Amino acid sequence: MSARDVLPGLMLLGLLALAPLVASNAALNFLLSSLIVALAAQGWNLLGGYAGQLSFGHAAFFGTGAYATAILQLRYGVNAWAGLAIGVALGALVGWAIGFLSFRARLRGSYFALVTLAFAEVLRILANAFDLTGGAAGLLIRMAPGAANLQFPSRATFLWLVLAVVAAVLLLTAWIAGGRLGARLVAVRENEDAARALGVDALRTKLGAIALSGAITAAAGCLYAQNFLYLDANIAYGTWISVEVLIACVLGGSGTVLGPVIGALALHGAGEAAKIALAGIAGPVPGIDLVLFGALLILAVAFLPQGVMGGLRRAARGLAR
Amino acid sequence: MFPPALIAEAAVNGLLAGAAYALVALGLTLVYGVLHIVNFAHGALLTCAMFAAWGLHAAFGLDPYLSIPPLAVAFFGLGYALQRWVIGPSSHGDDGNTLLVTLGLSIVLENALLAVFRSDTRSLGGDAGFDVVEVGPMLLSYPRLVGFAVALVTAALLWALLSATDTGRAIRAVAKEKLGAQLVGIDPRHVYAVTFGLGCACLAIAACLLLPTFYVNPRVGNAFVLVAFTIVVLGGMGSIPGALLGGLFVGVVESLGGLFLGDSLGQLGIFVIFILVLLFRPTGLFGPRA
Amino acid sequence: MSLLKAEGLSRRFGGLLAVDNASLSVPEGGLVGLIGPNGAGKTTLFSLLSGFLAPSTGRVTFDGADVTAEAPHRRAARGMARTFQIVQPFAGLSVRDNIAVGAYLRHAGRAEATRLAEAVATEVGLAPMLNAQASSLTVAGRKRLELARALATEPRLLLLDEVLAGLNPSEVRDIIPVIRAIRGRGVAILMIEHVMQAVMNLCDHVHVLSGGRMIAAGPPREVCADPMVIEAYLGHGAAARIAAGGAHA
Repeated sequence: MSARDVLPGLMLLGLLALAPLVASNAALNFLLSSLIVALAAQGWNLLGGYAGQLSFGHAAFFGTGAYATAILQLRYGVNAWAGLAIGVALGALVGWAIGFLSFRARLRGSYFALVTLAFAEVLRILANAFDLTGGAAGLLIRMAPGAANLQFPSRATFLWLVLAVVAAVLLLTAWIAGGRLGARLVAVRENEDAARALGVDALRTKLGAIALSGAITAAAGCLYAQNFLYLDANIAYGTWISVEVLIACVLGGSGTVLGPVIGALALHGAGEAAKIALAGIAGPVPGIDLVLFGALLILAVAFLPQGVMGGLRRAARGLAR
Repeated sequence: MFPPALIAEAAVNGLLAGAAYALVALGLTLVYGVLHIVNFAHGALLTCAMFAAWGLHAAFGLDPYLSIPPLAVAFFGLGYALQRWVIGPSSHGDDGNTLLVTLGLSIVLENALLAVFRSDTRSLGGDAGFDVVEVGPMLLSYPRLVGFAVALVTAALLWALLSATDTGRAIRAVAKEKLGAQLVGIDPRHVYAVTFGLGCACLAIAACLLLPTFYVNPRVGNAFVLVAFTIVVLGGMGSIPGALLGGLFVGVVESLGGLFLGDSLGQLGIFVIFILVLLFRPTGLFGPRA
Repeated sequence: MSLLKAEGLSRRFGGLLAVDNASLSVPEGGLVGLIGPNGAGKTTLFSLLSGFLAPSTGRVTFDGADVTAEAPHRRAARGMARTFQIVQPFAGLSVRDNIAVGAYLRHAGRAEATRLAEAVATEVGLAPMLNAQASSLTVAGRKRLELARALATEPRLLLLDEVLAGLNPSEVRDIIPVIRAIRGRGVAILMIEHVMQAVMNLCDHVHVLSGGRMIAAGPPREVCADPMVIEAYLGHGAAARIAAGGAHA
C-alpha cells in the first residue's frame, strides 16, 4: 500500500473529526448521513469498482445489516455491538449467497445488475410483509443512550465512531488494492478469460469481493439503524441506497481507494446545496437533489472516466509535466 | 378454494393486462436486440408517456386512445434524440457505461416529474375505466380488451416494419453485424437512434392503453420496469414473439398470484420468476439453450 | 515420459466436429509444434488442452494426472500456461501489473511478485515498457506481454497460440531467440504456428491437424515432405504435381 493513496484520505477524515468544534447539530447530522453512505459506497467499490461487477441492489446488504441490528436488539435482547458484528457477518453471507447463485450462473454485465436489483426488491417486499421486520409500520429501536448500547448522548461521539470505521475501511481497501487480491479483482474485471489462464480462480475471487462488499455495506446499514433508531422496508431495502452508493462511487472514482468517500461527500454536498438554493426561490421542491444526482451520474460517465479521483490524477500529471 | 369461473376470469383478465406489459416489453426487447443494451430508463420514459397522455386529456379532453398517434410520433422523436445525442455519445461504446447512463436518465426523469407534479396520484376520473363486456360467464374489462387488440396490432406492425421495409432491413443488419452494416454505408448511430425511437413509440402506445384502467404518478413506471425486464428475459432478450408471449404469461401469473397470495405478496411471484429464469435459463424460455 | 498427453480428444459444436479424435503428447522440456491450415481446429484443441472448453470425448493428462475435467486456473496451478491468439491484455493496467497477475500465482507478496514480473519483462524484452499502459503497446509489444504473463506463472509447459502472427520479419527474428531461451530453461512448449520458418527452426516434433483430425506427426522436415500434409495445405493433387515438377527440374 502506498502512503500517497491513503494519507490524503486520512487527513480529510481527520479534518472532519474536528467538525463538532465548529459545526451546528444540523450540519453534523448531514455529515453523519453522508459518511454512512460513504461507508456503504466503500463496500460497493470493492465489487463494482475493483471487480467490475455492477450491482444495482446493494440495498440487499444495507438493509440486512440494518434489520439485523434492530431485530436482534428488539426481539432477542442482543447487545448492540454484538448486533453490529452479526449484522456484518450476515451482510457477508447474503453477499456470498447472491454471488454464488449469480456468478455460478455466469451472469455478468446488465444481467448481474438486474438480478441484484431483483434480489433487493424481493427482500424489500418480504420485509414489508412480515411481522418479524415490523411489516409496513417498521421498527423503532428504543432510545437508550450509553456506549454499551451503541447510542451516544452527543452527536460528536457517533461521528467519531463512523469516521473511525470509514478510515479503517479506507486502510483495508488500500491494503487490498496494493496486493494479490486487488490485482486479481482488477484482472477479472478487465478480462476474465485471461485471468483464468493465469491461474486466477475467477469465481472465488468474485465471491470474495461480493462477500466483503456485502459486509462493509451491511456495517453502514447497522450504523444507519443506530443513528436514526428507525427503519422500514423502503428505507432499509429501498432503491435509494443502491442508487446513491453507485453514483457516489462513479462520481468519486470507482476502483480508486478514496473515490467512494469523496463521491459521497460531493454528492450529498451538491444535493444539499441544490435544495437550499431552490428553496430560496421556489420553496421546497421534492426530488430536486435526485435530479441532480442522476445528472451528475450521466456527466461523470460522459466526461470524467474514473471520476473525481481520475480527474485529479490527470491534473496532477499535467502539472508535473 | 376459489370457484373455477373466478380463476378463469382472473386468468383471462391477466391475459388482457399482459398485453400492455407485452407492449412495454416489446420496446425494451427491440432496443436490447439491436443495441445490445439494457435500457434502464424504460420505466421512467413510460411514466413520462403516461403523464403526457394524462396531460392531453386534462388540458384538451383528448381521449387517450386518440392520443396514440401524436404521442407515438412525439416519443419516437424523443427516443431518437435521447439515444443519438445523450446516451450514445456519453457511453463511449461501453455496455457498463450505457447501463449507468440510462440509470442516470431514469433518476433524472422520475424526479423531475416528482418536482413538477409532486407525488400525488392522478387518474382520468369518470368511470369509463370500469366498463365491462360480458363474454359467456365472464365479465371482461372493456379498456383491457381494447388494449389487447391494439397491442397485437402494434406488434404486427412492428414485425412488418422490421421484415419488409428498408429501415427494418437496416435495423436487422446492424443488430446482426454492425461492422458489415457500416461497410455497406449504414450509419449505426442513426439506426440505433431509430430503434430507440421505435422502442419509445411502443411505450407511448402502451401508456395510452394503460391510462384508462390505471393511475399515474411519478413512480408508476417502476411498477412496470422490472415486470418488463422479467418478460424480456423470459421471452429471450431481443425476441419480439418472446416479448409478446412473455408479456401475456406474466399478466396471467400476476393476476393469479394476486388472487391466491394477496396483493402484498402477489408482486413477489414476478421477481422470483425473474431471478429463477436469469439463474437457470438466461437465454429465455423460448430462446436457444445456453 | 510425456508431460502433456491428449488421447482421442473430440469436440462437437452442434453439427460440426471441430476436433475429431486427436491425440498428441509433449515430452518434458520438449518443443512441439502444432500446424495445420486455417480452420483446422488448432485453437479449439488448445482450448481443450487448457481447460477453456470441455471435450465431448477423450482425455487430457498432465504430469501423469488426469486433468480432463479441471478448470483452467487449476491447470495453471499445476504448471500449464497458455497465451491467446487474439491478445487479451488487461487494458487498464500497466505492463508491470499485467505481468504481476501471473506472478501472484506462486508468490503472495507484492514485492516478490513485482520482482518476478520485472525479471520476466527483461527476459522477453519488455523492460523499457514496464510503466506503460498495456493498451498503449504495439502488436509486437502485446504479443510479448502475452508471453511474459504466461511465463510469470512459472509454468512447466507453455501453450503458445500464434505468438508470431501479425509480426513483421524483423520482429519474428527478435522473438525466436526468446522462445529458444525459455525452452533452454527446461520449460516445455507446445506452439501453434503459421510461420513455417519458425516451426522448422525451433521445433523438434510437429503435429499436423487438418479438418479436426491429426493427419501427420514427426520431425519438421519429414512432416513437410508428407504428401498428406502438402495436400491439406495446397489442395488435392498438389503433392503429385510438386513431385512431378521436382522430377522435371
